[in-house]
Amino acid sequence: MNTVVCMKQVPDTETLIKINPDGTGIVTEGVKWVMGPYDEYGVEEALQQKEKFKAGKVTIVSLGPDRAIESIRTGLAMGADTAVHINDAAFYEKADPYATASVLAAAVKDLECDVIFCGKQAIDDDSGQVPAILGELLGLPVVTQVIKLEVADDKTKATVTREVEGGHAIIEVSLPAILSAQKGLNEPRYASLPGIMKAKKKPVDVKTAGDLGVSGEPMTVIKEMSLPPARQAGKIIEGEDAEQKAAALAKALHEEAKLI
Amino acid sequence: MPEILIYAEVQKGEIKKGSFEVTSKAKELGGEVSACIIGSGVEALAPELAKYGADKIYVVDGPEYEKYEPEAYVQAFAQVAEEVKPSIIFTSATAQGKDFTPALAARLKVGSISDCVDLSMSGDKAVAKRPMYAGKAYAMVDAAGDPQIFSIRPNSFPVNESAGSGAIEKVTVNLDSSKIKAEVKSVEIAASEEPDQTEAEIIVSGGRGMKGPENFKILEDLAHTFGPAATTGSSRAAVDAGWRDHAYQVGQTGKTVSPNLYIACGISGAIQHLAGMGTSKVIVAINKDPEAPIFSKADFGVVDDLFKVVPPLTEEVKKIKG
Repeated sequence: MNTVVCMKQVPDTETLIKINPDGTGIVTEGVKWVMGPYDEYGVEEALQQKEKFKAGKVTIVSLGPDRAIESIRTGLAMGADTAVHINDAAFYEKADPYATASVLAAAVKDLECDVIFCGKQAIDDDSGQVPAILGELLGLPVVTQVIKLEVADDKTKATVTREVEGGHAIIEVSLPAILSAQKGLNEPRYASLPGIMKAKKKPVDVKTAGDLGVSGEPMTVIKEMSLPPARQAGKIIEGEDAEQKAAALAKALHEEAKLI
Repeated sequence: MPEILIYAEVQKGEIKKGSFEVTSKAKELGGEVSACIIGSGVEALAPELAKYGADKIYVVDGPEYEKYEPEAYVQAFAQVAEEVKPSIIFTSATAQGKDFTPALAARLKVGSISDCVDLSMSGDKAVAKRPMYAGKAYAMVDAAGDPQIFSIRPNSFPVNESAGSGAIEKVTVNLDSSKIKAEVKSVEIAASEEPDQTEAEIIVSGGRGMKGPENFKILEDLAHTFGPAATTGSSRAAVDAGWRDHAYQVGQTGKTVSPNLYIACGISGAIQHLAGMGTSKVIVAINKDPEAPIFSKADFGVVDDLFKVVPPLTEEVKKIKG
């Protein structure tokens, strides 16, 4: 079972976001960069499938600047076999979902694989579009928000459970396919110490977007970024005991906030 | 004037409120408003879209559309879009909308903008405002493509009754079934009548302070007391502990929500959680730790044991609601 995992390095979820002075991006100084949490489910699932089939190769593909190599090495340390690093800061800076998917498509189109995993979204721009565009560009079916995967023994199809509103759906999809990972798919492993040592020697193919023949003018452009209006602490409901406080809160929601 | 085409989503035999919201918004922006509804036995629902401003409603109706499958739906909608040639397409960024919209945009070879919370017109083109980093920041985004495609976050725009002419046209689509490589075997939806967290008007949410899965019952009771537009939510800590399903999780690796009222019970307020619910109109925090960061964002705070506050609060709400 050969798989590809598309991975994006993103700011850790505990990052406090600040906007840069020209208002077009975030301040990256001091940010702790991590593998996208949903991409991590993708890496784990790829490894579990490889283990189940006792054969195959897991390739991580990532578009990102120099720093992305750290998250690529994390994936290799978890157990992935090889990686493609599209190290192209200029392309990355202005890439929208379409441009990102175009360059990923160019990087994976010649790799033999049964499944291409993506996270359901990168938790920086939260667009959630790359899997669908990748599917269109590669002519492959896409199933998003996957929480369970069973690949048939002959690897021609898979039975996939995806999260839908209020429940789940079971989909039978022909392979190769693109699957976007949702939380619940698995519990990602930690890299072991030997894994980390081995990862340092694993091959990483470094390319630019130009090497892949993609120029990729973005179709959507961020004009200006801003922070949400700061919320002020409101009032603390006072009372002799919990019951009084509950009554006072209900009264405030009814009379002040007019929500009941 | 923009020519706007709307994807009207059907769930459980009804058009989603979010689809009416985007129809209302389209009407407000002026120009011709069309809508496309896809499903099995959905023709009877079409006139509802006229109430909110649709001038023309395209109906793609057939047993092959009984269960949502993106390839078939995208093919059908793309053929309608080919006929209408809209300058703008709106969808609602529901669970289904988030699956459908990028696939549609890719098929039409344009970029789309996901999960927009506001829109303004600049000539015939729309500029969208959307959250990033789960709401820690916002961006104004331009879409260069023709048509422009926007998925709009539910609850971002009000529903306004403002009738459109409402002409209904049944469309016969030539489905290329060779491209349909996925088949929906079954769909299991919980019997619950609760709205999805992203669409709920009131969310009663619990965190680590709930101490165990069995205790969420008191939050469910409070939510039920508020009525059918209320549901429950949870912090990541409660999901990671296995107390609640991930579908309930609010925050950066869960859902980003914007209800009228968010009641955080036993939630300390990690940055990733605050990002996911920070745009709620009114926030209530109930926590026995007066230092919990959640209080700095709350409109109303109760410093006390949630197990002593929530049950009497439910009783008080019942009294007020009569």
